[in-house]
Amino acid sequence: MRLKTFAGGIHPPGNKQWSAHKPIEDCPLPAEFIVPLAQHIGAPSIVCVAVGQQVAKGQEIGSAKGFVSVPVHAPTSGEVVAIEHRAHPWGPALAAVVIKPDGEDRWSTELQPAAPGDLSADDMVERVRLAGVVGMGGAAFPAHVKMSPPPEKKIHTLIFNGVECEPYLTADHRMMLEEPERILQGVALLQYVLGAERVVIGIEANKPDAIALFTEHCAGTPVEVVALQVKYPQGAEKQLIAAVTGKEVPSGGLPMDIGVAVHNVSTAAAVTDAIVHGRPLIERVCTVTGSAIREPKNLRIRIGTPLSHLVDICGGLVEPPGKVIMGGPMMGFTQLGLHVPATKGTSGLLLLRTAEVDLNEEGPCIRCARCLQACPINLQPTTIAAYARRDLVAEAAEHRAMDCIECGSCSYVCPAVIPLVQAIRYGKAAILAKKRNSP
Amino acid sequence: MNQQLYLSSSPHIHSGETTTKVMRAVLYSLLPACGVAVYFFGPSALSVLLIATLGCLATEAVCQRLMGQPVTIVDGSAAITGVLLALNLPPSSPWWLTLLGAVIAIAIGKQVYGGLGSNPFNPALVARVVLLISFPVQMTTWSAPAPLGSGLDLVTTATPLGAWKNAVMLTGKLPAEMHGSMADYFLGNMPGCIGEVSALALLLGAAYLFYRRILTWHIPTAFVGSVVLLSGLFWLINPAKYPNPVFHLLTGGLILGAFYMATDMVTTPVSRKGMLLFGVGCGLLTVLIRLFGGYPEGVSFAILLMNAATPLIDRYLRPRTFGVLAGKA
Amino acid sequence: MLAAILSLGCIGMIAAIALGFAAKKFAVEVDPRELAIIESLPGANCGACGFPGCAGYAKALVAGTIDLNQCPPGGADVVAKLARIMGVEASAAAREIAVVLCQGDNRKAQVKYHYLGLEDCTAAQRIADGPKTCSGGCLGLGSCERACPFDAIEMTVDGLAVISREKCTGCRKCVAVCPRKVIRMTPFEATVHVLCNSHDKGAVVRKYCQVGCIGCHICQKTVPEAYKIEDFLAAVVYEHDIKATEALPKCPTQCIRDFAEGYPDGSTLLPAGADKTHAA
Repeated sequence: MRLKTFAGGIHPPGNKQWSAHKPIEDCPLPAEFIVPLAQHIGAPSIVCVAVGQQVAKGQEIGSAKGFVSVPVHAPTSGEVVAIEHRAHPWGPALAAVVIKPDGEDRWSTELQPAAPGDLSADDMVERVRLAGVVGMGGAAFPAHVKMSPPPEKKIHTLIFNGVECEPYLTADHRMMLEEPERILQGVALLQYVLGAERVVIGIEANKPDAIALFTEHCAGTPVEVVALQVKYPQGAEKQLIAAVTGKEVPSGGLPMDIGVAVHNVSTAAAVTDAIVHGRPLIERVCTVTGSAIREPKNLRIRIGTPLSHLVDICGGLVEPPGKVIMGGPMMGFTQLGLHVPATKGTSGLLLLRTAEVDLNEEGPCIRCARCLQACPINLQPTTIAAYARRDLVAEAAEHRAMDCIECGSCSYVCPAVIPLVQAIRYGKAAILAKKRNSP
Repeated sequence: MNQQLYLSSSPHIHSGETTTKVMRAVLYSLLPACGVAVYFFGPSALSVLLIATLGCLATEAVCQRLMGQPVTIVDGSAAITGVLLALNLPPSSPWWLTLLGAVIAIAIGKQVYGGLGSNPFNPALVARVVLLISFPVQMTTWSAPAPLGSGLDLVTTATPLGAWKNAVMLTGKLPAEMHGSMADYFLGNMPGCIGEVSALALLLGAAYLFYRRILTWHIPTAFVGSVVLLSGLFWLINPAKYPNPVFHLLTGGLILGAFYMATDMVTTPVSRKGMLLFGVGCGLLTVLIRLFGGYPEGVSFAILLMNAATPLIDRYLRPRTFGVLAGKA
Repeated sequence: MLAAILSLGCIGMIAAIALGFAAKKFAVEVDPRELAIIESLPGANCGACGFPGCAGYAKALVAGTIDLNQCPPGGADVVAKLARIMGVEASAAAREIAVVLCQGDNRKAQVKYHYLGLEDCTAAQRIADGPKTCSGGCLGLGSCERACPFDAIEMTVDGLAVISREKCTGCRKCVAVCPRKVIRMTPFEATVHVLCNSHDKGAVVRKYCQVGCIGCHICQKTVPEAYKIEDFLAAVVYEHDIKATEALPKCPTQCIRDFAEGYPDGSTLLPAGADKTHAA
């Protein structure tokens, strides 16, 4: 039987064998936590503690600013030793709360569990918001916003993303194998809140054990488990929706425009924690992997843990890395060093050896059109990149640069080693700047 | 530790495919055709191949030096132009003709436009057409195949297409006797340019390129298909005057053109729809020129004309963007 | 033969009549001064005047909506010509040229990472604020060189942008494109500049750059009226530029340079015996 899929895409080596069979390990607490106030899409949180203050685990240390924002919580009990700009995964130093653990790891007494039967849908959304839950696939979009579509956009299909298409990463895979109940309870809660008629969990075919386990767990329930062809970027929201429903999210639109909502499976687990246990999002599973790390592992880490600590826990470095990547190799960000802290969106820490860094010089475009074949949005990456680099903003926009999902498939296949994604990003920034300057 | 870290925009892995590897694969795929050429036409074919290839490499090196650019002949693209040019020349081409062709192909067909990736026309075809128009005698002096070991010398004769054109112009009908059988045409036992004779060798090379995903099916299929359809139409109308489609397929440079010249990445459209239209255009023009034009062979002109249309095709035939309804821009 | 001559002749006649007719009927009324102005302008279409190309500026001038001295590349010559054409008095604005306030090339300044990607300063700046440790220093990827319509900018072999005093026309395109804001407009007569753009404290600057300004105030102590220090960064007070040379030998990091003596290290440009004549 042919598995469902989408048009375009690439087949990079999976490299999941480094960590796919390793059960999740709890990461011991580091000596210092650096908790950035900006870990999500939307307005950064506003700090609400002071230097010298004692905080408990799960206590709010930064409050949400506006609707598209979430609060940030202390990952452990301890003392706030500083509130200052610190190295941040996104590049420039940003405001962070620095906490020294007291070793007791005491939960805040303010957190209250609840029985889902007693809660209304609005109550649940509020609990998710207060818990600071964001999309755990890496994008870190506030979950409560996705759970509150405007009334005219009714969600009829709810899809859970168990695809994890990025090479090397296995965090979601291990979550599905080890904590299916936590995930499935979140699935049920989200279905209740959104009122969706159809619920699907999409899993790539390279995780047959997870597919089997979930199929077994969901037997007799309305939840469908769909196996998807292994192809990157199957886990991208639009491609996942296209594969499962056969429908395309309109250009410039959102999944809710066609009545669909997508949540990562780990987000579902975090939703369970928030609604049922009243626990805020302060930890997540992160795959530490790559050939430069001695013992690749799937670690349950607290937010704010410096990457250097993760490296220590994983046996240290085999050799000085060439690239430190937060996330996967296709869409992750390179980091300035290991002093940077992990955040809510840190699904992976990939350490590549210098020999694996592609240093090939760029050559001229030979119009081979591989980028067109690879692009899951059917764009013409080479054309858009060429316009963007010449600052021909209107032409780049006309070729739909803003539709690019920056998945990296085009750059991956380009024989001329042209930095297509970077050029298209440059073009997108120029398009947005032009819009801002001339409304 | 910081000093050694590399930072860049995503993605951070690469397929490993490079322009040089692509060019090398194309050169490998041309080996069977070259081998057959040397077998059927002997040392003359070999010298044409060598002069063309080395001439192209040298011209590119000189041009790049003169323009103050880094010399990139090792990427293999000039070598491919040289081999393809050679395959498009008659086996008895004098050395100066071949060398002139090489210089024209690279200097005028490629470097003046900015080098690799910037030329609008297929460089080998530019050279071939310039030579054809400037030196019609040398460019249409064909030899009957003299397979190695047969002890035969090259003897001047007409190509099957040439013979047909002559006959039609003189008598309005097919020639009384068509040189060779279809099997001969397929294997290469026929007069013609050193590369166009053996459909089998060319198809073998093309198969390798399909396997390497350097060739896609769109242009060759559209080209060959439209040739078969249009020539078939005329053949059905008047079989006494027009040859059958299989004849068209196996003679002249159609296989060489459809699989190697019309599929040159730089000068053809990038979208799949565009490639199909390009192929169809080439096919129709080829048949029209062959049947009604002044020259017996139409492939080179057809491809060059469609090369000129490529920017237009690219502008109007774009793939449908995900999330945009068909029909809207 | 005759038929050919006659037919071609007729076609030619018809075409000529048609063209003549069209030229009259569709003629665009253009103020003759506009054409004269376009002739006088440099023709680089650089946009410094704020109009789309030289033709745009000419149109605005004739319409009376803009001053005569808005074309920096034209300089005083062009202002005089325009004044003659428009029949008014006019004086040129003081000539300004662009200077890259940095000497931190790859040999002298530290990088915080090896950058891989587009050879563009704005693109590199987006990746962790650029590869140079100094947040104000020149990134050396050549975006300004490519933006300059007058070929006035040179990238040294060690990755520093240097602007030719003679060729710069003051069009400001480089200033607009530089993401570090390290290029400044300065009076043409001023040849002494503090070539640093970092406001970090001296001790910090010393760690990442051999030729950065450490805010030690020695220059200001030597020639108080020629230097001002703001936020650990010295700058020449250009009205007193001629006196500023006295402080050059005293600067501990050699970050002050007199362009009349020479361009920064690595540049192939030669000083043109610049006049240090100042208007009063």
